[in-house]
Amino acid sequence: MFTIFRRELKSYFTQPTAYAVICIFLFMSLFLTFTLGNFIKTGDANLEWSFFFWHPWIYMLLAPALGMRLWSDEHRSGTIELLGTFPTTIWSAILAKYLAAAVVWAVALALTYPMVIAVNTLGDPDNLTILSGYIGSFLLCCTFLAITCLISAFTSDQVSCLIISCSVCVLLVVIGFDHVVRAFAQSFSETTTNAIVSTAVLDHYRPLLRGSMRIQDIVYFLTIIVACLLSTSAILNAKRA
Amino acid sequence: MIEVNSLSKHFGSKTVVNNLSFAVNKGEVLGFLGPNGAGKSTTMRMVTGFITPSKGDAEICGISVTDHPKEAKSHIGYLPEAAPLYDDMTVLDFLKFCASMRKLHGKKGREAIEMVVDTCFLGNVAHQSIHTLSKGYRHRTCLAQALLHDPDVLILDEPTDGLDPNQKHEVRQLIKRLGQEKAILFSTHILEEVDAACSRALIIDQGRIVADGSPADLREQSGTQSLHDLFRNLTTKETD
Repeated sequence: MFTIFRRELKSYFTQPTAYAVICIFLFMSLFLTFTLGNFIKTGDANLEWSFFFWHPWIYMLLAPALGMRLWSDEHRSGTIELLGTFPTTIWSAILAKYLAAAVVWAVALALTYPMVIAVNTLGDPDNLTILSGYIGSFLLCCTFLAITCLISAFTSDQVSCLIISCSVCVLLVVIGFDHVVRAFAQSFSETTTNAIVSTAVLDHYRPLLRGSMRIQDIVYFLTIIVACLLSTSAILNAKRA
Repeated sequence: MIEVNSLSKHFGSKTVVNNLSFAVNKGEVLGFLGPNGAGKSTTMRMVTGFITPSKGDAEICGISVTDHPKEAKSHIGYLPEAAPLYDDMTVLDFLKFCASMRKLHGKKGREAIEMVVDTCFLGNVAHQSIHTLSKGYRHRTCLAQALLHDPDVLILDEPTDGLDPNQKHEVRQLIKRLGQEKAILFSTHILEEVDAACSRALIIDQGRIVADGSPADLREQSGTQSLHDLFRNLTTKETD
Protein backbone atom coordinates (compact mmCIF):
# COMPACT_ATOMS: atom_id res chain seq x y z
CA MET A 1 0.00 0.00 0.00
CA PHE A 2 2.84 2.40 0.90
CA THR A 3 4.41 1.85 -2.55
CA ILE A 4 1.23 2.96 -4.34
CA PHE A 5 0.79 5.87 -1.90
CA ARG A 6 4.36 7.07 -2.59
CA ARG A 7 3.93 6.74 -6.36
CA GLU A 8 0.67 8.67 -6.33
CA LEU A 9 2.02 11.44 -4.11
CA LYS A 10 5.12 11.78 -6.27
CA SER A 11 2.95 11.83 -9.38
CA TYR A 12 0.93 14.80 -8.01
CA PHE A 13 4.11 16.78 -7.43
CA THR A 14 5.99 15.81 -10.61
CA GLN A 15 3.03 17.06 -12.65
CA PRO A 16 1.51 20.54 -12.38
CA THR A 17 -1.72 19.19 -10.81
CA ALA A 18 -0.86 19.58 -7.14
CA TYR A 19 0.85 22.96 -7.63
CA ALA A 20 -2.09 24.31 -9.63
CA VAL A 21 -4.67 23.13 -7.10
CA ILE A 22 -2.67 24.40 -4.11
CA CYS A 23 -1.98 27.82 -5.71
CA ILE A 24 -5.60 28.33 -6.79
CA PHE A 25 -6.84 27.24 -3.36
CA LEU A 26 -4.48 29.64 -1.57
CA PHE A 27 -5.36 32.52 -3.89
CA MET A 28 -9.11 31.93 -3.72
CA SER A 29 -9.25 31.39 0.03
CA LEU A 30 -7.19 34.52 0.79
CA PHE A 31 -8.97 36.59 -1.86
CA LEU A 32 -12.39 35.70 -0.45
CA THR A 33 -11.18 36.26 3.12
CA PHE A 34 -10.07 39.82 2.40
CA THR A 35 -12.91 40.78 0.02
CA LEU A 36 -16.28 39.14 0.70
CA GLY A 37 -15.10 37.89 4.10
CA ASN A 38 -14.25 41.46 5.28
CA PHE A 39 -11.44 40.09 7.45
CA ILE A 40 -9.93 43.54 8.17
CA LYS A 41 -13.18 45.56 8.41
CA THR A 42 -14.92 43.27 10.92
CA GLY A 43 -11.93 43.48 13.25
CA ASP A 44 -12.86 40.12 14.78
CA ALA A 45 -9.99 37.82 15.78
CA ASN A 46 -11.48 34.61 14.47
CA LEU A 47 -11.46 32.79 11.15
CA GLU A 48 -14.96 31.31 11.18
CA TRP A 49 -16.82 33.70 8.84
CA SER A 50 -14.01 35.43 7.03
CA PHE A 51 -11.90 32.37 6.15
CA PHE A 52 -13.42 28.90 6.73
CA PHE A 53 -16.90 29.97 5.59
CA TRP A 54 -15.74 30.11 1.97
CA HIS A 55 -13.99 26.74 1.87
CA PRO A 56 -17.01 24.63 0.74
CA TRP A 57 -17.34 26.86 -2.32
CA ILE A 58 -13.71 26.37 -3.25
CA TYR A 59 -13.68 22.63 -2.52
CA MET A 60 -16.77 22.06 -4.70
CA LEU A 61 -14.63 22.64 -7.77
CA LEU A 62 -11.07 21.97 -6.66
CA ALA A 63 -11.56 18.67 -4.78
CA PRO A 64 -13.07 17.00 -7.91
CA ALA A 65 -10.35 18.64 -10.04
CA LEU A 66 -7.67 16.94 -7.97
CA GLY A 67 -9.53 13.65 -7.56
CA MET A 68 -10.94 13.16 -11.07
CA ARG A 69 -7.87 11.24 -12.21
CA LEU A 70 -7.92 8.81 -9.27
CA TRP A 71 -9.49 5.89 -11.17
CA SER A 72 -10.53 7.49 -14.47
CA ASP A 73 -6.90 7.74 -15.48
CA GLU A 74 -6.19 4.12 -14.48
CA HIS A 75 -9.14 3.00 -16.66
CA ARG A 76 -8.13 5.22 -19.60
CA SER A 77 -4.47 4.20 -19.66
CA GLY A 78 -5.17 0.54 -18.83
CA THR A 79 -2.78 0.62 -15.87
CA ILE A 80 -5.63 -0.76 -13.75
CA GLU A 81 -4.75 -4.09 -15.41
CA LEU A 82 -1.23 -3.82 -13.99
CA LEU A 83 -2.48 -2.86 -10.53
CA GLY A 84 -5.04 -5.66 -10.66
CA THR A 85 -2.38 -8.28 -11.36
CA PHE A 86 0.13 -7.17 -8.72
CA PRO A 87 0.00 -9.27 -5.54
CA THR A 88 -2.01 -6.68 -3.61
CA THR A 89 -5.67 -6.06 -2.88
CA ILE A 90 -7.80 -3.49 -4.67
CA TRP A 91 -8.78 -2.06 -1.27
CA SER A 92 -5.18 -1.16 -0.41
CA ALA A 93 -4.83 0.52 -3.83
CA ILE A 94 -8.01 2.56 -3.19
CA LEU A 95 -6.81 3.60 0.26
CA ALA A 96 -3.30 4.46 -0.97
CA LYS A 97 -4.55 6.60 -3.86
CA TYR A 98 -7.14 8.34 -1.69
CA LEU A 99 -4.68 9.10 1.11
CA ALA A 100 -2.17 10.55 -1.38
CA ALA A 101 -4.82 12.99 -2.66
CA ALA A 102 -5.81 13.81 0.94
CA VAL A 103 -2.17 14.60 1.76
CA VAL A 104 -2.07 17.13 -1.11
CA TRP A 105 -5.07 18.86 0.50
CA ALA A 106 -3.45 18.70 3.93
CA VAL A 107 -0.43 20.50 2.42
CA ALA A 108 -2.73 23.12 0.83
CA LEU A 109 -4.49 23.74 4.16
CA ALA A 110 -1.20 23.82 6.07
CA LEU A 111 0.03 26.55 3.71
CA THR A 112 -2.72 28.87 4.97
CA TYR A 113 -0.79 29.14 8.28
CA PRO A 114 -0.08 32.87 7.70
CA MET A 115 -3.79 33.46 8.44
CA VAL A 116 -3.35 31.86 11.88
CA ILE A 117 -0.28 34.00 12.52
CA ALA A 118 -2.19 37.08 11.34
CA VAL A 119 -5.17 36.63 13.71
CA ASN A 120 -2.82 35.86 16.60
CA THR A 121 -0.82 39.01 15.85
CA LEU A 122 -3.87 41.22 15.41
CA GLY A 123 -5.92 39.92 18.33
CA ASP A 124 -6.43 37.16 20.85
CA PRO A 125 -8.28 34.34 19.07
CA ASP A 126 -9.37 30.99 20.50
CA ASN A 127 -6.81 28.74 18.80
CA LEU A 128 -8.75 25.59 19.65
CA THR A 129 -11.69 26.96 17.65
CA ILE A 130 -9.31 27.62 14.76
CA LEU A 131 -8.00 24.05 15.07
CA SER A 132 -11.57 22.76 15.02
CA GLY A 133 -12.18 24.86 11.89
CA TYR A 134 -9.17 23.31 10.20
CA ILE A 135 -10.37 19.79 11.14
CA GLY A 136 -13.83 20.62 9.74
CA SER A 137 -12.36 22.06 6.56
CA PHE A 138 -10.13 19.02 6.05
CA LEU A 139 -13.01 16.58 6.70
CA LEU A 140 -15.22 18.46 4.25
CA CYS A 141 -12.52 18.37 1.60
CA CYS A 142 -11.88 14.64 2.21
CA THR A 143 -15.63 14.04 1.86
CA PHE A 144 -15.73 15.73 -1.55
CA LEU A 145 -12.59 13.82 -2.51
CA ALA A 146 -14.19 10.48 -1.53
CA ILE A 147 -17.27 11.33 -3.63
CA THR A 148 -14.99 12.11 -6.58
CA CYS A 149 -13.09 8.86 -5.99
CA LEU A 150 -16.35 6.90 -6.25
CA ILE A 151 -17.46 8.68 -9.41
CA SER A 152 -14.05 8.24 -11.04
CA ALA A 153 -14.42 4.46 -10.55
CA PHE A 154 -17.41 4.52 -12.92
CA THR A 155 -15.81 6.26 -15.87
CA SER A 156 -12.60 6.56 -17.86
CA ASP A 157 -13.57 10.09 -18.92
CA GLN A 158 -12.06 12.63 -16.53
CA VAL A 159 -14.27 15.50 -17.77
CA SER A 160 -17.47 13.55 -17.06
CA CYS A 161 -16.07 12.65 -13.65
CA LEU A 162 -15.32 16.33 -12.92
CA ILE A 163 -18.77 17.53 -13.99
CA ILE A 164 -20.69 14.85 -12.09
CA SER A 165 -18.54 15.17 -8.95
CA CYS A 166 -18.88 18.97 -8.92
CA SER A 167 -22.65 18.65 -9.32
CA VAL A 168 -22.95 16.21 -6.40
CA CYS A 169 -20.75 18.43 -4.18
CA VAL A 170 -22.76 21.55 -5.11
CA LEU A 171 -25.98 19.68 -4.34
CA LEU A 172 -24.71 18.60 -0.90
CA VAL A 173 -23.91 22.23 -0.11
CA VAL A 174 -27.00 23.99 -1.45
CA ILE A 175 -29.59 21.68 0.12
CA GLY A 176 -28.62 23.26 3.43
CA PHE A 177 -29.57 26.81 2.31
CA ASP A 178 -32.63 28.42 3.88
CA HIS A 179 -34.29 29.12 0.51
CA VAL A 180 -33.86 25.51 -0.57
CA VAL A 181 -35.08 24.18 2.79
CA ARG A 182 -38.19 26.39 2.51
CA ALA A 183 -38.80 25.07 -1.03
CA PHE A 184 -38.50 21.48 0.23
CA ALA A 185 -40.86 22.23 3.15
CA GLN A 186 -43.54 23.41 0.70
CA SER A 187 -43.29 20.27 -1.44
CA PHE A 188 -42.53 17.50 1.07
CA SER A 189 -43.61 16.46 4.56
CA GLU A 190 -41.64 17.67 7.56
CA THR A 191 -39.97 14.26 8.08
CA THR A 192 -38.84 14.08 4.44
CA THR A 193 -37.60 17.67 4.53
CA ASN A 194 -35.66 17.00 7.73
CA ALA A 195 -34.17 13.83 6.23
CA ILE A 196 -33.04 15.70 3.10
CA VAL A 197 -31.68 18.67 5.02
CA SER A 198 -29.76 16.42 7.43
CA THR A 199 -27.60 15.25 4.49
CA ALA A 200 -26.45 18.82 3.80
CA VAL A 201 -22.77 19.33 4.54
CA LEU A 202 -23.10 22.89 5.85
CA ASP A 203 -25.22 21.78 8.85
CA HIS A 204 -22.33 19.55 9.92
CA TYR A 205 -19.55 21.89 8.85
CA ARG A 206 -20.64 25.07 10.64
CA PRO A 207 -20.62 23.64 14.20
CA LEU A 208 -16.98 22.62 13.64
CA LEU A 209 -16.13 26.18 12.57
CA ARG A 210 -17.61 27.44 15.84
CA GLY A 211 -15.35 25.08 17.76
CA SER A 212 -18.14 22.66 18.61
CA MET A 213 -16.71 19.20 17.93
CA ARG A 214 -19.93 17.19 17.94
CA ILE A 215 -19.69 13.42 17.49
CA GLN A 216 -22.59 13.38 15.00
CA ASP A 217 -20.76 15.78 12.67
CA ILE A 218 -17.54 13.76 12.71
CA VAL A 219 -19.55 10.56 12.20
CA TYR A 220 -21.43 12.21 9.30
CA PHE A 221 -18.22 13.06 7.44
CA LEU A 222 -16.52 9.73 8.20
CA THR A 223 -19.63 7.79 7.15
CA ILE A 224 -19.72 9.45 3.73
CA ILE A 225 -15.97 8.94 3.28
CA VAL A 226 -16.01 5.25 4.26
CA ALA A 227 -19.22 4.56 2.29
CA CYS A 228 -17.75 6.16 -0.84
CA LEU A 229 -14.46 4.24 -0.54
CA LEU A 230 -16.28 0.93 0.05
CA SER A 231 -18.54 1.66 -2.92
CA THR A 232 -15.45 2.42 -5.03
CA SER A 233 -14.13 -1.03 -4.11
CA ALA A 234 -17.48 -2.62 -4.99
CA ILE A 235 -17.59 -0.82 -8.38
CA LEU A 236 -14.02 -1.76 -9.28
CA ASN A 237 -14.64 -5.39 -8.31
CA ALA A 238 -17.92 -5.43 -10.23
CA LYS A 239 -16.14 -4.10 -13.32
CA ARG A 240 -13.76 -7.06 -13.14
CA ALA A 241 -16.47 -9.64 -12.50
CA MET B 1 2.42 -24.90 -13.59
CA ILE B 2 -0.65 -23.37 -15.27
CA GLU B 3 -3.75 -25.47 -14.98
CA VAL B 4 -6.97 -24.13 -16.45
CA ASN B 5 -10.07 -26.08 -15.43
CA SER B 6 -13.41 -25.58 -17.22
CA LEU B 7 -12.96 -21.82 -17.40
CA SER B 8 -15.97 -19.87 -18.67
CA LYS B 9 -16.77 -16.19 -18.93
CA HIS B 10 -20.11 -14.64 -19.81
CA PHE B 11 -20.68 -10.94 -20.37
CA GLY B 12 -24.44 -10.64 -20.09
CA SER B 13 -25.89 -13.19 -22.48
CA LYS B 14 -22.67 -13.41 -24.51
CA THR B 15 -20.33 -16.32 -23.80
CA VAL B 16 -16.78 -15.17 -24.45
CA VAL B 17 -14.93 -18.17 -22.99
CA ASN B 18 -16.69 -21.50 -23.00
CA ASN B 19 -15.54 -24.30 -20.71
CA LEU B 20 -11.84 -23.98 -21.54
CA SER B 21 -9.42 -26.51 -20.04
CA PHE B 22 -5.70 -26.83 -20.73
CA ALA B 23 -2.38 -27.03 -18.89
CA VAL B 24 1.07 -25.55 -19.45
CA ASN B 25 3.97 -27.33 -17.80
CA LYS B 26 7.39 -26.08 -16.79
CA GLY B 27 9.64 -25.81 -19.83
CA GLU B 28 6.70 -25.39 -22.17
CA VAL B 29 5.83 -22.37 -24.34
CA LEU B 30 2.18 -22.48 -25.31
CA GLY B 31 1.13 -20.29 -28.23
CA PHE B 32 -2.43 -19.08 -27.81
CA LEU B 33 -3.94 -18.45 -31.24
CA GLY B 34 -7.31 -17.29 -32.41
CA PRO B 35 -9.06 -14.58 -34.40
CA ASN B 36 -9.98 -11.24 -32.85
CA GLY B 37 -12.69 -11.67 -30.23
CA ALA B 38 -12.02 -15.41 -29.82
CA GLY B 39 -11.53 -14.97 -26.05
CA LYS B 40 -7.71 -15.02 -25.83
CA SER B 41 -7.28 -11.84 -23.78
CA THR B 42 -10.27 -12.65 -21.57
CA THR B 43 -8.82 -16.10 -20.82
CA MET B 44 -5.45 -14.56 -20.00
CA ARG B 45 -7.05 -11.94 -17.74
CA MET B 46 -8.86 -14.70 -15.86
CA VAL B 47 -5.68 -16.75 -15.50
CA THR B 48 -3.84 -13.70 -14.10
CA GLY B 49 -6.67 -13.03 -11.62
CA PHE B 50 -7.54 -9.65 -13.12
CA ILE B 51 -11.10 -10.68 -13.94
CA THR B 52 -13.20 -13.24 -12.13
CA PRO B 53 -14.33 -16.31 -14.11
CA SER B 54 -18.08 -16.95 -14.40
CA LYS B 55 -17.28 -20.65 -13.94
CA GLY B 56 -14.18 -22.78 -13.44
CA ASP B 57 -10.79 -21.90 -12.02
CA ALA B 58 -7.13 -21.56 -12.91
CA GLU B 59 -4.27 -22.83 -10.79
CA ILE B 60 -0.80 -21.31 -10.85
CA CYS B 61 1.86 -23.59 -9.34
CA GLY B 62 -0.99 -25.44 -7.61
CA ILE B 63 -2.51 -22.25 -6.13
CA SER B 64 -6.06 -21.31 -7.09
CA VAL B 65 -6.30 -17.82 -8.60
CA THR B 66 -9.89 -17.51 -7.40
CA ASP B 67 -9.34 -18.66 -3.81
CA HIS B 68 -5.83 -17.28 -3.15
CA PRO B 69 -5.35 -14.48 -5.68
CA LYS B 70 -2.53 -12.70 -3.85
CA GLU B 71 -0.35 -15.84 -3.55
CA ALA B 72 -1.10 -16.97 -7.11
CA LYS B 73 -0.32 -13.51 -8.56
CA SER B 74 3.12 -13.52 -6.94
CA HIS B 75 4.09 -16.41 -9.27
CA ILE B 76 2.88 -14.65 -12.43
CA GLY B 77 4.57 -12.18 -14.73
CA TYR B 78 1.98 -10.55 -16.97
CA LEU B 79 2.28 -8.39 -20.06
CA PRO B 80 -1.15 -6.94 -20.90
CA GLU B 81 -2.15 -6.45 -24.53
CA ALA B 82 -1.86 -2.65 -24.68
CA ALA B 83 1.35 -2.60 -22.59
CA PRO B 84 -0.07 -0.02 -20.12
CA LEU B 85 2.44 2.17 -18.26
CA TYR B 86 2.42 5.23 -16.02
CA ASP B 87 3.36 7.97 -18.49
CA ASP B 88 4.46 10.45 -15.82
CA MET B 89 7.32 8.18 -14.65
CA THR B 90 10.75 7.45 -16.09
CA VAL B 91 11.47 3.86 -17.15
CA LEU B 92 13.71 3.35 -14.11
CA ASP B 93 11.18 4.83 -11.66
CA PHE B 94 8.47 2.64 -13.14
CA LEU B 95 10.61 -0.49 -12.73
CA LYS B 96 11.48 0.57 -9.16
CA PHE B 97 7.77 0.95 -8.44
CA CYS B 98 7.00 -2.49 -9.91
CA ALA B 99 9.94 -4.05 -7.99
CA SER B 100 8.60 -2.55 -4.78
CA MET B 101 5.10 -3.90 -5.55
CA ARG B 102 6.73 -7.31 -5.98
CA LYS B 103 8.45 -6.90 -2.59
CA LEU B 104 11.90 -6.62 -4.16
CA HIS B 105 13.61 -4.02 -2.00
CA GLY B 106 17.20 -2.78 -1.64
CA LYS B 107 19.94 -4.78 -3.30
CA LYS B 108 17.52 -7.45 -4.55
CA GLY B 109 15.45 -4.80 -6.29
CA ARG B 110 18.48 -3.09 -7.85
CA GLU B 111 19.82 -6.40 -9.18
CA ALA B 112 16.42 -7.38 -10.58
CA ILE B 113 16.08 -4.01 -12.34
CA GLU B 114 19.61 -4.23 -13.78
CA MET B 115 18.84 -7.73 -15.04
CA VAL B 116 15.59 -6.77 -16.84
CA VAL B 117 17.06 -3.53 -18.24
CA ASP B 118 19.78 -5.68 -19.85
CA THR B 119 17.39 -8.43 -20.94
CA CYS B 120 14.93 -6.02 -22.56
CA PHE B 121 17.59 -3.65 -23.95
CA LEU B 122 16.31 -0.63 -22.04
CA GLY B 123 19.71 0.83 -21.10
CA ASN B 124 19.40 3.72 -23.58
CA VAL B 125 16.03 4.90 -22.28
CA ALA B 126 16.33 4.03 -18.57
CA HIS B 127 16.18 7.69 -17.48
CA GLN B 128 13.72 8.76 -20.15
CA SER B 129 10.14 9.71 -19.35
CA ILE B 130 7.73 6.96 -20.45
CA HIS B 131 5.47 9.34 -22.40
CA THR B 132 8.37 10.05 -24.79
CA LEU B 133 9.00 6.36 -25.62
CA SER B 134 8.26 4.72 -28.96
CA LYS B 135 5.76 1.85 -29.07
CA GLY B 136 8.56 -0.72 -29.18
CA TYR B 137 10.25 0.64 -26.07
CA ARG B 138 6.90 0.92 -24.25
CA HIS B 139 6.26 -2.74 -24.99
CA ARG B 140 9.71 -3.74 -23.78
CA THR B 141 9.33 -1.67 -20.59
CA CYS B 142 6.09 -3.48 -19.86
CA LEU B 143 7.73 -6.82 -20.65
CA ALA B 144 10.56 -5.87 -18.25
CA GLN B 145 8.10 -5.39 -15.35
CA ALA B 146 6.70 -8.87 -16.08
CA LEU B 147 10.18 -10.40 -15.72
CA LEU B 148 11.34 -8.42 -12.66
CA HIS B 149 10.49 -10.99 -9.99
CA ASP B 150 11.72 -13.96 -12.07
CA PRO B 151 8.23 -15.54 -12.07
CA ASP B 152 7.54 -19.23 -12.59
CA VAL B 153 4.75 -18.41 -15.00
CA LEU B 154 4.74 -15.83 -17.79
CA ILE B 155 1.53 -14.71 -19.45
CA LEU B 156 2.18 -12.50 -22.43
CA ASP B 157 -0.65 -10.97 -24.43
CA GLU B 158 0.72 -10.27 -27.92
CA PRO B 159 4.28 -9.59 -26.75
CA THR B 160 5.61 -8.78 -30.23
CA ASP B 161 2.86 -6.34 -31.19
CA GLY B 162 4.29 -3.03 -32.40
CA LEU B 163 7.90 -4.21 -32.51
CA ASP B 164 10.13 -3.93 -35.56
CA PRO B 165 11.43 -7.19 -37.17
CA ASN B 166 14.70 -7.07 -35.18
CA GLN B 167 12.89 -6.53 -31.89
CA LYS B 168 10.38 -9.27 -32.76
CA HIS B 169 13.24 -11.68 -33.36
CA GLU B 170 14.87 -10.73 -30.04
CA VAL B 171 11.62 -11.14 -28.08
CA ARG B 172 10.93 -14.52 -29.69
CA GLN B 173 14.44 -15.68 -28.78
CA LEU B 174 13.90 -14.37 -25.25
CA ILE B 175 10.59 -16.25 -24.93
CA LYS B 176 12.23 -19.42 -26.22
CA ARG B 177 15.11 -19.04 -23.76
CA LEU B 178 12.88 -18.25 -20.78
CA GLY B 179 10.56 -21.10 -21.76
CA GLN B 180 13.26 -23.63 -20.86
CA GLU B 181 12.69 -23.06 -17.16
CA LYS B 182 9.26 -21.41 -16.96
CA ALA B 183 5.72 -22.07 -18.12
CA ILE B 184 4.82 -19.50 -20.77
CA LEU B 185 1.42 -18.74 -22.24
CA PHE B 186 1.51 -16.18 -25.01
CA SER B 187 -1.05 -15.03 -27.48
CA THR B 188 -0.28 -13.96 -31.01
CA HIS B 189 -1.85 -13.29 -34.39
CA ILE B 190 1.38 -14.09 -36.17
CA LEU B 191 1.39 -17.77 -37.05
CA GLU B 192 5.12 -17.74 -37.86
CA GLU B 193 5.73 -17.16 -34.16
CA VAL B 194 4.37 -20.62 -33.40
CA ASP B 195 7.31 -22.16 -35.24
CA ALA B 196 9.75 -19.57 -33.96
CA ALA B 197 8.99 -19.78 -30.24
CA CYS B 198 6.33 -22.33 -29.23
CA SER B 199 6.66 -25.91 -28.14
CA ARG B 200 2.88 -26.28 -28.36
CA ALA B 201 0.00 -24.26 -29.75
CA LEU B 202 -3.66 -23.99 -29.03
CA ILE B 203 -6.20 -22.46 -31.39
CA ILE B 204 -9.40 -21.11 -29.90
CA ASP B 205 -12.49 -19.85 -31.65
CA GLN B 206 -15.61 -18.38 -30.04
CA GLY B 207 -14.26 -19.30 -26.62
CA ARG B 208 -13.64 -22.99 -27.40
CA ILE B 209 -10.49 -24.94 -28.15
CA VAL B 210 -10.54 -26.07 -31.78
CA ALA B 211 -6.97 -27.38 -32.08
CA ASP B 212 -4.21 -28.33 -29.64
CA GLY B 213 -0.80 -29.80 -30.42
CA SER B 214 2.83 -29.21 -31.29
CA PRO B 215 3.50 -27.03 -34.37
CA ALA B 216 4.33 -30.20 -36.33
CA ASP B 217 1.07 -31.89 -35.23
CA LEU B 218 -0.97 -28.86 -36.25
CA ARG B 219 0.67 -28.69 -39.66
CA GLU B 220 -0.08 -32.38 -40.06
CA GLN B 221 -3.74 -31.77 -39.16
CA SER B 222 -4.05 -29.07 -41.84
CA GLY B 223 -3.48 -31.59 -44.65
CA THR B 224 -1.48 -28.95 -46.57
CA GLN B 225 1.36 -28.53 -44.03
CA SER B 226 0.21 -24.95 -43.53
CA LEU B 227 -0.77 -23.39 -40.20
CA HIS B 228 -2.50 -20.60 -42.14
CA ASP B 229 -4.82 -23.11 -43.84
CA LEU B 230 -5.59 -24.85 -40.55
CA PHE B 231 -6.31 -21.50 -38.88
CA ARG B 232 -8.62 -20.41 -41.71
CA ASN B 233 -10.46 -23.75 -41.73
CA LEU B 234 -11.00 -23.97 -37.99
CA THR B 235 -11.85 -20.39 -37.05
CA THR B 236 -14.84 -18.22 -37.78
CA LYS B 237 -14.23 -15.49 -40.32
CA GLU B 238 -15.80 -12.08 -39.84
CA THR B 239 -17.59 -12.57 -43.16
CA ASP B 240 -19.15 -15.89 -42.02
